[in-house]
Formats: sequence, structure tokens, C-alpha cells
Amino acid sequence: MNSKNRWLLPEGIDEVLPPQAAQLDYLCRELIDLYASWGYELVMPPLVEYLDSLLTGTGSDLDLQTFKLTDQLTGRMMGVRADTTPQVARIDIHNLHRDIPTRLCYFSEVLHTRPANPGGTRMPLQAGAELYGHAGVESDAEILSLMLKTLQVAGIQNVHVDLGHVGIYRGLIGKLTITAEQESVIFDVLQRKATTELMKVINDWSLSSAVSDMLLALIELNGGIEILNDARLSLAGAGKDVLHCIDELEQIAGLSIAQIKNAPLYFDLAELRGYHYHTGMMCTAYVPGLGQGIAFGGRYDDIGQLGRSRPATGFSTDIRKLFALVPRADVSLKRIFAPGSDVPGLNEAIDRLREQGEVVICELTRQQGDAKQMGCDRKLVLKGGSWKVEKI
Amino acid sequence: MIDNKLTIALPKGRILKETLPLLARLGIVPEDDPDSSRKLILNTSQVGVKIIIIRATDVPTYVEYGAADVGIAGKDVLLEYDGDDLYEPLDLGIARCRLMLAGLAGNQKVDGRLRVATKYVNTARNYFAEQGKQVEIIKLYGSMELAPLLGLADQIVDLVDTGNTLKANGLVELQTIAEISSRLIVNKAAMKMKQDVIKPFVQGLAEVLEK
Repeated sequence: MNSKNRWLLPEGIDEVLPPQAAQLDYLCRELIDLYASWGYELVMPPLVEYLDSLLTGTGSDLDLQTFKLTDQLTGRMMGVRADTTPQVARIDIHNLHRDIPTRLCYFSEVLHTRPANPGGTRMPLQAGAELYGHAGVESDAEILSLMLKTLQVAGIQNVHVDLGHVGIYRGLIGKLTITAEQESVIFDVLQRKATTELMKVINDWSLSSAVSDMLLALIELNGGIEILNDARLSLAGAGKDVLHCIDELEQIAGLSIAQIKNAPLYFDLAELRGYHYHTGMMCTAYVPGLGQGIAFGGRYDDIGQLGRSRPATGFSTDIRKLFALVPRADVSLKRIFAPGSDVPGLNEAIDRLREQGEVVICELTRQQGDAKQMGCDRKLVLKGGSWKVEKI
Repeated sequence: MIDNKLTIALPKGRILKETLPLLARLGIVPEDDPDSSRKLILNTSQVGVKIIIIRATDVPTYVEYGAADVGIAGKDVLLEYDGDDLYEPLDLGIARCRLMLAGLAGNQKVDGRLRVATKYVNTARNYFAEQGKQVEIIKLYGSMELAPLLGLADQIVDLVDTGNTLKANGLVELQTIAEISSRLIVNKAAMKMKQDVIKPFVQGLAEVLEK
């Protein structure tokens, strides 16, 4: 290895420097306060835990995303968390043992073996909120509202949130007698809204025309709330379970709009991100230009934690990504430079200023740079026997 | 504000040549001739519609990251592309060719692992995995046909149009891996947030193709 670039960080691993680190920390604190005010209790799950617990009921994608290591004490495999949600679900089920609705939130770095997108991060700062123990539309709406509120607090403009429901696609696909492999082809085609390819697949496999028409309609079923009525018409033949899912989406959107004024809610019934994991409503937030979503949520009842199952719904986002989306104002430095001496009264004066919320930096003997170079706009000087703050 | 302009990413070469007539029928004609102009961003006869000309393999990246709202890319490039956050609503049926496994004529017996030279590393690996074969993939950037001739690889995976280059170098087509044509790809956020621009564009293109 070239010794000149030995200090470089691994690909996709980033760090935050001043002044952004302080601004990012401020954003995190604002969000923690927000979640606390909605009754979400903070949890701090561990960085690593045993793999079999970490990956319970989460599917193979997360397995591949997880860095693994052998525990030298037990010989068992441990994983560095790639997603905090399963850990929080474990906490709810195995550690809290509550029957009442439980609201939990978290802020933690997660590590991915590969970036989700070329050039993306491998270490998102994941923040999220989860609501356990309620299976109705109200909890989905609350999670959706809190996700919208999070984006508001982070200052994200021009948000577009898509709602979808796993049950709609599942209901349609259930009507076809196809192999698992064929299903995964249809799934992939729908994710790319590849109409031409879907028509070819329908033709090649001579799928039932009733269901085919509905699958083709599904690709077009995206837009404002009016598309739910279109969906009721074009998916009428799909059965009452599918129609119930459409009703649920409408109710969730209605409840959320009542909570968050001008909520930018839209629908995309063919969007199935997290399909293998979710069991009901799914939501994804987008901003102009970015092809990848910036916040994701949905219902995932009975995640498969051994012993007990609970209804669950929640969302998560990468705070660093949100942070980077908004130009942050440069915090003008308001600092006071204090002389480094043991003159009586100096320490007391500095303490008083710090208690008032001022930033006081003490000069070090024979240091380089003066007050201004140290980023201070004022300094502490001894005048007439007392310490005064003076503009530079 | 969300701007309602449209940026179209097109790859140089054959796809560009076959796409421009389609766009022309939608009333989108570049103001400068892409062949002679050295500009990389071309204004068009429609206000707000811009065409950017880039390398074929870069088209999905530009579109996924929103540097362009839509793009035209060969299926070969899309199969090889790592990300999956793109919509692919239309098969334009242009720039048709085949992604082909080819090798030296005659029954070539290979001891041990098959060595395959290609620039389509992911696609080739997936193809052989589906066959239950573990092969050694050698990444090359061009002139694949040389690799079997000089003993660098046993077989190659490459795009084949007429097959003349293969023939001229004594290679034969062994297996079609995929039929390739160009696809319209769309940035996910643009599809959602610029619906009033993107949807008519996609529909218009679909109608032009049907005629």
C-alpha cells in the first residue's frame, strides 16, 4: 500500500468535521426532542449482537448487508447492525414485555457491507421511530405524520411521500398460478415500471387476461388521492381484500393530513420497496432529483421474534443524508478569548460567562495565533480591577 | 421550486443516431448537430428541453442521481448496472443486438475453470451462475475477440450485431445470453414529481413507437 494515502478512510465511510458536526448534533437533538414530545422513548441498542438474533425474520438482503465477526468468548457469529429496526423490535418483545402500545425511537450509526447505491454511504446515521402493539390505521398514520414532521424539522423542501400497500400486489399475484421464480420476474418488472416488458411476460406465459390487465393498471396507478378511485375501478375484480387495502390507504392519508397541514402525500400502488419485510402500508419520501428515497416506513407485523408476536409499524431515515440536503447557515462564531493567567478573579469571571452560555477559550502560553485567529469576536480584559468583555 | 424542465441523457453512437429521429417526431430537435458540435449540453427546439450526450455506461448513473430526468440506455448497460433505483417504462426496440457467448470454432476442451473475457462482468457471472458453472471472469475494455485467439481466455461475452467481427477472427456464436435493445429510463423522483412533463413524454414516445 502507498504510504501517502494510508490515512484515507475506507470507501463509503464518512466523518463529520467542524462546524458541520455541531450543526448535525443540533439537528439530532431537535429530533430527539420531537420524538420525546410525541411520547417516543429513546433506546440505544448495542453496536453488535449475535447474528441469529440480529437477523431474525429480516430476509437475505439484510444478511448480505451485515458485517460479521466471530465472538472470541463463545465462538458464535456476531453481526454489526446494518439496520436498527430488528434490534428495537427485539427490545420491545424480549426486554420490555409490555402489552400496551409502545413507542420507541433511536439514533444510531449502522454499517453496510455495500453502499445501497454507487457512491453512497456505507455508514448511515439511522434515526427512526417504531410503534408496537397496535394494528390499526391510526398507528400507521401516526408514524407517517412523524416521518413528515421529521423532514419538516430537518428543513427538507419539496418533499413527496408515496404511499403503497403490500396487500394490493399480494392479492393480485395470489390470483395467478405461477412459480416463485416467475413471481420474482413480475416483481422486478413492476419495480422498474417496465410496461413493455410486462406485456411481453404476460404474453410469453399466457397469464389470465383479467389479472394481467390489473397488473398493467398497477403500473399506472400513481399520483394524487384521486388515483385511489381509479384503483377501485380498475382493481374491482381483485376481491375485497385488495379493495380493503385501498380503503386503509385512504384512511391513513386522511388521518395524517388532519395532523400535518399540507402533507405532500401521494400514492404509488406498484412501488414495493421492502415488500419482503412489510405486511401493510409502506411509505417512501422523495425529493427532486434524487432517485433514491430519503425516508422509508411501513407496517411489519409479527417480525418473527421467537416467542411473541406484536403488530409493528415504523419509519427510519439517514440523518446525515437529510442534513446534507439542506444548506446550513454558517454559524457566526461568537466566542470570547480569555488570557491564560492566574490573576485572582479570572477563573470566576470565565465561569460566570460560561454559565451564561458564552463560549470562552483560554489562551495557552506561547501559543500561535491571536484572539481573532482563534475565531473570537470578543476578549476578556482586566479594567479598573474587574474583568470586562470587550469587542475586538 | 420544482422546475419543469426536462433533461434527456443520450449515449454517443448508434443509440444516439436511432433516438434522434424518434425525438424529432415529438418535436424535440437539438439546436446544434451532435456529430459536429463539441457541446455536451444541447438546447433543443423545445424551450426547457435539453439533451446531454455522455458515455453509454454513464447514462444510468446520470439518471439515477437526477443529473438527467430521463435517458436512453442499452439493456446491456442496464443489466450490468449496479443500482436498481430506476424506472424503465419503454422498450424502444432500437439499436438491437445480442449479448452473446462466443468461442473458438471446434470443440475446445477446457481443463479446470473456464476463463471468460468480457466487459460485462456482472452479467457474465450471473449467466454462468444460473448454469451452475463457476468461471474465471477476466475484465477487458475492448477487442474481446483477441482474448481467445491469444489464449488469454477460453470464451468471451460480448455484444454481437452482424457477427462479422467474430467470423473474421475465427470465433463462433455459442449461446445468446440476452436480446438487447434500448430502453427509456426515468429518474424515480422525476417520475413522481415532474409527472406533468414526464408522463406526456413517455406517452408520446410510446405512440411514436407504435406507428
